Amino acid sequence: MRILRVPSADFMMRMVLFRIALILTALILVVLVSLFSGVRFGIMLLAGFGFGVVLEGLRFGFAGPWRAMILHREPAGILAQLLAIGLVACVAIPMLAAHPTELSGAQAPIGWAMIGGAFVFGAAMQIILGCGSGTLVNAGSGNPVSLVALPFFALGSFAGAYHIFWWTDLGTLPIITLKGGTGLVATLIGLIVTAGIFFMLGKKGSRGLPRRYIIAAILIAVLAICNLLVAGQPWGVVYGLGLWAAKGAVMLGFDISSSIFWAASSSVGRLNSSVLTDYTSLTNIGMVIGAVGVSVWRNRDLSQPVPSYPLRTWFAVIVAGLALGYASRLAFGCNVGAFFSGISTGSLHGWVWFIAAFMGAFLGIRIRFFVGLEPS
Amino acid sequence: MTRGLTSTIALAGLFILVGIDIWVTPPNPYQSPPLVAFGSGFSASGGFCGNLLNEISTTVPGQ
Repeated sequence: MRILRVPSADFMMRMVLFRIALILTALILVVLVSLFSGVRFGIMLLAGFGFGVVLEGLRFGFAGPWRAMILHREPAGILAQLLAIGLVACVAIPMLAAHPTELSGAQAPIGWAMIGGAFVFGAAMQIILGCGSGTLVNAGSGNPVSLVALPFFALGSFAGAYHIFWWTDLGTLPIITLKGGTGLVATLIGLIVTAGIFFMLGKKGSRGLPRRYIIAAILIAVLAICNLLVAGQPWGVVYGLGLWAAKGAVMLGFDISSSIFWAASSSVGRLNSSVLTDYTSLTNIGMVIGAVGVSVWRNRDLSQPVPSYPLRTWFAVIVAGLALGYASRLAFGCNVGAFFSGISTGSLHGWVWFIAAFMGAFLGIRIRFFVGLEPS
Repeated sequence: MTRGLTSTIALAGLFILVGIDIWVTPPNPYQSPPLVAFGSGFSASGGFCGNLLNEISTTVPGQ
């Protein structure tokens, strides 16, 4: 017989006080960043907290739903992603058309390296079961695989940016953007058709959207729109990680002036500025702290034991981390910067990214079994 | 080893990174941009993984 233990009133009171302290700590961090960097940057940190809390708190992500679709034909997670993208597109595409100077979308060209990069990213994100945002959130919630992969993700992003022009010289199309009312209609039709395909391919009985997914999609969309309006640019992840690694390289005395990307005046300017004034860095930091906060709030997640893996698994995690960072730079973004923000701001490369990365995910799932991250 | 330890390592790593960065490149609140980009009249200027080609082409001659 199972005995249910009712928490004591004293325990409940301590938990309430502890949670209030958590919220106050987050607000103090936002106030500190606002005071020492600027209020806009404080708001961006707050948005990052929001992303982390929603992604971890509502178990909303990108890699997991793709895996669920491929392995179990469960489309709910992908349908929720498409819903969030559609909601953002309804606001972002008209605003970008009305304010082309103040706001910029996630526009990037389609090219050979971009397609290859998206494919590799899709495979690598299934190996560690974490995409750009997922790796940050999972690291914050105590996932050891993501924790090990994260610094290599940053190094890969730095290296990918270092070599980006060699790769783009392989061939790129001009940037193609779906703009204005026509662009919005085309984007929404694309999203509806894509959702319809996944719905049809989905297993009967698992096609419905759970309430938590709908709430998460709406909240993520609101946060992404805030990101665009406050920062003037869409939600991204990878640039910030590469910047952290580049700053580390410079501090350790490496000469990165031979890289066209890192030697450009805009990059030098950011290397000489605080990460607390870089939008993607702030939302990245916020996502990790937000995920830590949710795990602490739940009061049970963090007591779970960490699984042990053989050496070859850790080697695979390191390689996958490097591949995530490097490939996402060639692909002009990860699942957030290219797929989510690309499509929702009308960039055609977001659609191509999605197709290539989804194909890569099939390979990544097989590799995950092979390297010991999954029971065979 | 529990997830609490790995989560603490992630958080500590993050605070060390930010701490070192503040020490090397301290932020300057007097150079902060307007509260919100939308309606500010200023061009978007942040780094982003998707727009680097445009950005470089305006800053590096010959690219």
